[in-house]
Amino acid sequence: MKDIILLDHGSGGKASHRLIETRLLPRLDNPMLRVLDDGAVFDSPGPRLAMTTDSYVVSPLFFPGGDIGKLAVCGTVNDLAMCGAVSGHLSLSLVIEEGFPLADLDRVLASIAETAQEAGVMVVTGDTKVVPRGAADRLFINTAGVGPVREGANLSARFVKPGDCVILSGNMGDHGAAIMALRNGLNFADEIKSDAAPLNGLAEAIMATGADVHCLRDPTRGGVGTTLCVAGACDITGLEPLYLANEGKLLCFVAQADAQKALEAMKGHPYGKNAVIIGCVEENQEPMVYMKTIAGGTRVVDMLAGEQLPRIC
Amino acid sequence: MPLSNNDKIAASCSLLAEKIKEVAPPGARIMEVCGTHTVAVFRHGIRSLLPEGVRLLSGPGCPVCVTPQSEIDLFIRAAGLKGVILATFGDLIRVPGTKASLGEKKAGGADVKVVLSPLDAVKLAAENPKRQVAFAGIGFETTAPATAAAIMAAQAQGLKNFSVICAHKLLPPALTALLAGGKLEIDGLLCPGHVSVIIGARAYEPIARDFKLPCVVAGFEAADILLGLYRLFRQMGEKRVEAENAYERAVSWDGNEKARRIMHSVFEPADAAWRGLGTIPASGLAIKDEFAGFDASKRLGISPEPAPDPPGCLCGQVLTARITPPRCPLYQKACTPENPVGPCMVSSEGACAAYSKYFSPV
Repeated sequence: MKDIILLDHGSGGKASHRLIETRLLPRLDNPMLRVLDDGAVFDSPGPRLAMTTDSYVVSPLFFPGGDIGKLAVCGTVNDLAMCGAVSGHLSLSLVIEEGFPLADLDRVLASIAETAQEAGVMVVTGDTKVVPRGAADRLFINTAGVGPVREGANLSARFVKPGDCVILSGNMGDHGAAIMALRNGLNFADEIKSDAAPLNGLAEAIMATGADVHCLRDPTRGGVGTTLCVAGACDITGLEPLYLANEGKLLCFVAQADAQKALEAMKGHPYGKNAVIIGCVEENQEPMVYMKTIAGGTRVVDMLAGEQLPRIC
Repeated sequence: MPLSNNDKIAASCSLLAEKIKEVAPPGARIMEVCGTHTVAVFRHGIRSLLPEGVRLLSGPGCPVCVTPQSEIDLFIRAAGLKGVILATFGDLIRVPGTKASLGEKKAGGADVKVVLSPLDAVKLAAENPKRQVAFAGIGFETTAPATAAAIMAAQAQGLKNFSVICAHKLLPPALTALLAGGKLEIDGLLCPGHVSVIIGARAYEPIARDFKLPCVVAGFEAADILLGLYRLFRQMGEKRVEAENAYERAVSWDGNEKARRIMHSVFEPADAAWRGLGTIPASGLAIKDEFAGFDASKRLGISPEPAPDPPGCLCGQVLTARITPPRCPLYQKACTPENPVGPCMVSSEGACAAYSKYFSPV
């Protein structure tokens, strides 16, 4: 019974990657899609443009630190920022289940407006669909974004080089932990807030230093662990939780000589004040991510396999 | 500048690793009984801190891994029954049954709900009076008291639509049976923290005595595991054989008597089938007659049917430390975390899952 989609296929880990590689890429293959970055960068008569899209199906819709609307704006703004885009225009597509309270819709839209204002982007087009009760889980949102890429920015996982330093902009896993805690009614649900935040300002602060940045990634689904595996980085010094989702963090792969400069710029920005260099990229025949543990041992960091689920013990 | 908490942990670990190097007998073989230990050992990179030649072997302490194929199939079969909500811990969702996993049944339309505790399953039953809620009761002494408490709660609420598919197992009888087989070449047992909270460190005294095997209960932090290993190696060096408790902040010598009382008021010992170990007398728990209304086998009319392990799958040998995961011919070939053949590759405490996630020749 392997011929159906399972939740694993949407976890952002191995199964998701395999689905994309075996089903989508063979049919839609082109050089821009093939690199599987957060967005695509392409030439236009004016500046190069970045384009990205994402759908948001989070449950619960409202959680400490944010809501589905804030996520929908941050996710697309951040994907554009990871491509080196300086600003953007967004589309907003709503799939609403019959019976959804208008008050909740108003709350989500207010959050979208507020986050768009903070990020300095505009929602310029959109679509609204209402589906029969049961055909969707209350509210799904899709946003797409397009924006001009900063001159000189060439960011992609394929540009990561041996010797690059890896900087993480802050504590890992807050979004994933907040959602998990709320979904499972855990007693620390009130203490953990999602880190949802627009990162275009932080990315711009890094790029403005002139540092030789090779790649920016926001480790959302699959977390930092999975993102690093995609980027093939090695010798990471860090701590758990590696696989929980983040919605307001970025990983910056930067030439070693410029790492301190980039780090200082990140620390000077409100969304990067806890930034830290977590490792470096080494030459290795077989790309692998290693981590030094707090115990002083070494272990491999692999991509997430399967959803993280509540356990027995 | 004062040391941060992480610095203190790192310093403790470093000190313990040094001490282990001083006392560990060359070639010592330790079985970490508990699956959570197996995973923690990998996650903290403990193996890379041990002297060369010292070996850690995984034992039968992963509750999902020791559940035989027939019981896995039973959970999946229950999930397919009309009007039934199958409530389960998350660990079981991806475990392959003979034909499909619970996750695949769910994707195909079965009503499978992941719960954090058996009491959540009772709540589900109260909220769905027209449906039958069956809870997949697996786990050792760690989880059995909570299942017993759920049955008592359902009885107190007068629920007629809650039942348990009882596949709970008891750890000491399985350990005893495994060691009595005489084929294991091990020098000590790193004993589980969670189970020992309930059964107490005293439970390992007969094992230490009868099999002349040092036993040390350990916690799951990096320093806890290193301390447990150090105390095992120290016993060996001093030619002592005892049950020791290196996890005193959670485990007492006598364990949790109240939890055991609740467990024994609802369950009675019964023969149980274990993957890789066969049927072991009095090593499982059956629901007592006075709670028969909460026994899914009676309420839903289902019982295990014989089911062989998947062809080629050596999970049974892995969890009895007869082989390490890479020696299974299916490991990372036909059997991967994405497409697991056996439970050891998919359980969050499984040895094969831990090997494939963390193991590398560094």
